[in-house]
Formats: sequence, C-alpha cells, structure tokens
Amino acid sequence: MQIYLPIAEMSIDVLLLLGLGGLVGFLSGLFGVGGGFLMTPLLIFVGVPPAVAVASQANQVIAASVSGVLAHWRRGNVDFKMGLVLLAGGLIGSLIGVWLYSVLRRIGQIDLVIALTYVFFLSSVGGLMAVESIGAMLRQRRPQTSRHKLHQHIWIHGLPLKMRFRRSRLYVSALLPLGLGFGVGVLSALMGVGGGFIMVPAMIYLLGMPTTLVVGTSLFQVIFVAINVSFLQAWQNQTVDIVLAFLLVLGAVIGAEFGTRFGAKLRGEQLRGLLALLVLAVGIALATQLVVPPEDFYSLTISPGSGG
Amino acid sequence: MRASLLVLAVLAWVASVAGGRIAVAASLVADLSDHLIAITTGFTGTDVLLFGAKEGPGEVVMIVRGPIGAISVRKKSRIAGIWMNTDRVTFSNVPSFYTVASSALLADIAPPSVLARHQIGFDQLKLQAPPNVEPDRLRDFRAALIRRQQRAGLFMREVGEVSFLGNTLFRSTVHFPANVPVGVYLVEVLLLQDRNVTGAQTTPLIISKVGFGAELFDFAHQRAALYGLIAILIALVSGWLPHILLRKA
Repeated sequence: MQIYLPIAEMSIDVLLLLGLGGLVGFLSGLFGVGGGFLMTPLLIFVGVPPAVAVASQANQVIAASVSGVLAHWRRGNVDFKMGLVLLAGGLIGSLIGVWLYSVLRRIGQIDLVIALTYVFFLSSVGGLMAVESIGAMLRQRRPQTSRHKLHQHIWIHGLPLKMRFRRSRLYVSALLPLGLGFGVGVLSALMGVGGGFIMVPAMIYLLGMPTTLVVGTSLFQVIFVAINVSFLQAWQNQTVDIVLAFLLVLGAVIGAEFGTRFGAKLRGEQLRGLLALLVLAVGIALATQLVVPPEDFYSLTISPGSGG
Repeated sequence: MRASLLVLAVLAWVASVAGGRIAVAASLVADLSDHLIAITTGFTGTDVLLFGAKEGPGEVVMIVRGPIGAISVRKKSRIAGIWMNTDRVTFSNVPSFYTVASSALLADIAPPSVLARHQIGFDQLKLQAPPNVEPDRLRDFRAALIRRQQRAGLFMREVGEVSFLGNTLFRSTVHFPANVPVGVYLVEVLLLQDRNVTGAQTTPLIISKVGFGAELFDFAHQRAALYGLIAILIALVSGWLPHILLRKA
C-alpha cells in the first residue's frame, strides 16, 4: 500500500516504513540505544531526501527517548542535575548545528558532511565498543585478572568550574558535560540522531558516571535536544514530515517491545559485541559509498526560490 | 466504435462550450481527459489522455511542459579518495517536466527551424546557462541534466506516439509519475502540413496537491513554527501513550 509523504513529496510503501520503524525499534529495545544512527541512512537508502530524513528522524527521536526515559525514571535511573547541564550544552550545540546544516545545504556539501560524520563516528565508536566487549568476554573466562583503578586522574580533572553531582557521586568540571552536550547537539542536528551512541560511552569513560544512570540521563537530555532540532528544522528548513515520523514511531513502538523481551535473554557483553558489529557494518557500508565511483557523476538540485 | 463516437460527441461539446480555449486555427481541436491532476495521499502517478480532431491531411505533435524553474547540476569528482561535489552549473529556465509525442518521425515532418521555434526535442530545448561556461563543460552538464531528469521519469526517454483513428481523430497519452512537480503545465498541440505549423492549440493542465497532504504541506510552509510545535506534540504523545497502554496491559 503506497502512501504519499507530503513534505518529502514522494510515494512510498506504508509497510516498508512500518518495517523500518519496527526493525530499528527492535534493535533499540535490544541494545538500549535510540537507533537514529541506523534509521537516517536507511531512510536515505530507500529514497527519502537526506534533508527530510534527518529532520523527520529528529522528530521520531523525541518519541523514542520519551518512552525510554519514562522506563528509566520509574527505576530512579536519571541524574536530572547532570541532564540539565548536558542539556544547556546541547541546546547551544543544536542551534549551531541547524545553522551549519542550512549553510552546508546551500553550498551543496550537506550529503557529503552527513556521510563523513556518520562514517567517522560509527567506525570509531563501533571499533572501541568491539574492543571493549571482546576484552570483557575474555576477562569473563579468566576472572583472576587484576581490576582497573576506579578513577584515573587525567588532565580532564584539572578543569575549572567544578560542580558536584550527588546522584552520580561525581565532582567534576561543569565544562565537561557542557562540552559533551554541545558536541552531541551539533551532531544531532547534522545527523538526525539522538547521539546516544556517542553520549553513552563518553559519559561512562570520560565523566566516569555509574553505568546504571547513563542511559536514563542521556535519554533525558536527548528529548530536549531533539525537540529543539525538530522545531528548528521545521521552522527554518520546512523538512519535518509528520506522516513519515508518525509511521516510523508506530513501527518502532511495536519493535521496541519485542527487542526488550529478546534482549533480556542475552548477556550484557554479548549485546554490546553485537551492537558493535552492527555499528561497524553501517559505518563500513557508508564508507564504501564514498569511495566507490558513483553510478552518475552528476546530480540535480532544484534551486531555492524557483518554486514548483 | 462507441468510444470514438463518444470522443466526437465530447469534441463537439468542447468546440461549442469552451470556444475561448480553442485558439489560432479552427483546423485543429484537442482536449485532455483531465485538466486537474490531484495529488492525494494515495497518488502513485497517472496517465492523461489527449484527444482531438484535425481538418484535412497533416501530422500532429504534442509537447507537454511543466512549470519553468532553475535547476543546479552538480558534478562529483574524486578528492583524496572520496567522491564529492566539486563543480556546478545552474540552468535558469528548465521545464520541470517535458515530453514530446508525434504522429510521424519529427525530422520527416518539420525542418530544424520549425522544431527550434517550438522547442520540439532535446536538441531544441533552450536551457539557459551562465555566459561564462565553456562550450565543452556546458555540453556535459546539459546532457547530465537531461539524463537525470529522464531517469527521474520527468523528461521523455523517446518521442511518444500520437495515433490516428481514421483521418481526423487523434489521441495520445502522457504519463505523470508519482514524483511529478506541482504547478501549471502547458500542453501544446501542433498541426503540421507541408513541413509548416498550420494549427496550434495550448491547453493548461494543473497538477496540485489536494486534501490532507496539500493542507499539511501548505501548513508546514506558511505556519512553519506552529507546524514544528504540533510535530513535537505528536511525537511526545506517541512516545508517552504506548507506555501508559503497556503498563495497563
């Protein structure tokens, strides 16, 4: 059954969109990530214009993170103070990101920048996660190996503006979460992702936050950053397709339910290992598209202001 | 031949009622099966029938043009192993849709000067580029524009057919794909006799979004901020609602 997407201005199969939403929802339920990093490339792959894919995806990230936060909030796994500091950075970041987005679109390099940022982040995060989870699996087999120190003091801990985060049991410079939020905010606008796949490892390894609080807290700030991105994209670029976003959410809600149930049967490091493989695979697929000679060297864009 | 009788009846009606639309010469009458194509939520493309009658011998050519606009053609080349857009030429008066159909081989029925005057065929299509573009580069970008538009189904791949029913009646169809741009299209029908245009008629065809999709599109562009807020509200509710439902279940 075909449906016409009014903002993307194209017809697409409803079942295909529901299926995509379901698949990504399943994975996000399984791995506890938003799944935006998978959805945007998939949407572009099925022919949705990149600008509409990124902006509508930001809209679907709102829905995904709201439902995620609610689950974590009930278990008390959200550090609101940390979330608010991350958010302050995130709002500034997304503001700059949306501006950068329209500049890049004007000079015709937006597709390249989207692809490059995806390749860079997916392959580096995927690689790090793969190494970490393989290490964890090996340690599991040899439990006698020595443990790391809980806190290692590096230059990061010498930054000014220290702030106490009671729930996370942390005393670190506010510049750290501010900067992290800012960076993820920019990426959120450029890539249409919540940024969980960067935020979560950064909070664990850079900030040293307790793992139980990380997902809930990052989701909490993602809601607001995604709201900001979604609003700015709709307002400045008119690229948010409600119909597209709604169908994706519908599929994702159902998929996430199955993903969570399935995930309960797998062990943590196995899950992280699988996610690492998935992230790496998407990164490699996108990288090949950049280096393989295109089918046609030329592409068309309808110039702005020409109407029609 | 009930169909052709019907066509005749319709033509007679068109000739009597819509007199204003029938221009220049009375030797040619033509009309479309639809003057408005509505792009609804379920739109997957459509065919429009052109039918008409001519007086005496001659060949018929139909040209369909979409709204004129500017299109930028970008060229990728490899820099440091990565393919990126490096060159661009903007053509300022490109029809967003272009097809030609003819009852005979174009070269046989009209000299190049006539084809040029009516912009019949890709060789004659006037696409305006900035004056500083070198001829070779212009040729490549122009060919690329036509090729990409053909692949998108918006430019014809080859000249279509206008078929005759007897000596006076003719018909042809135009296919509009799902990605067809909205706006006012012009359908030009020419009658050629002795390698000259002796009759011409231009009929407008409007393609526009209607219903829910159209309202949403207009809303998103005219009240962008409000649209953004509503989009957020829908996302918030659709993230929160299943949570409530699942908790109860």
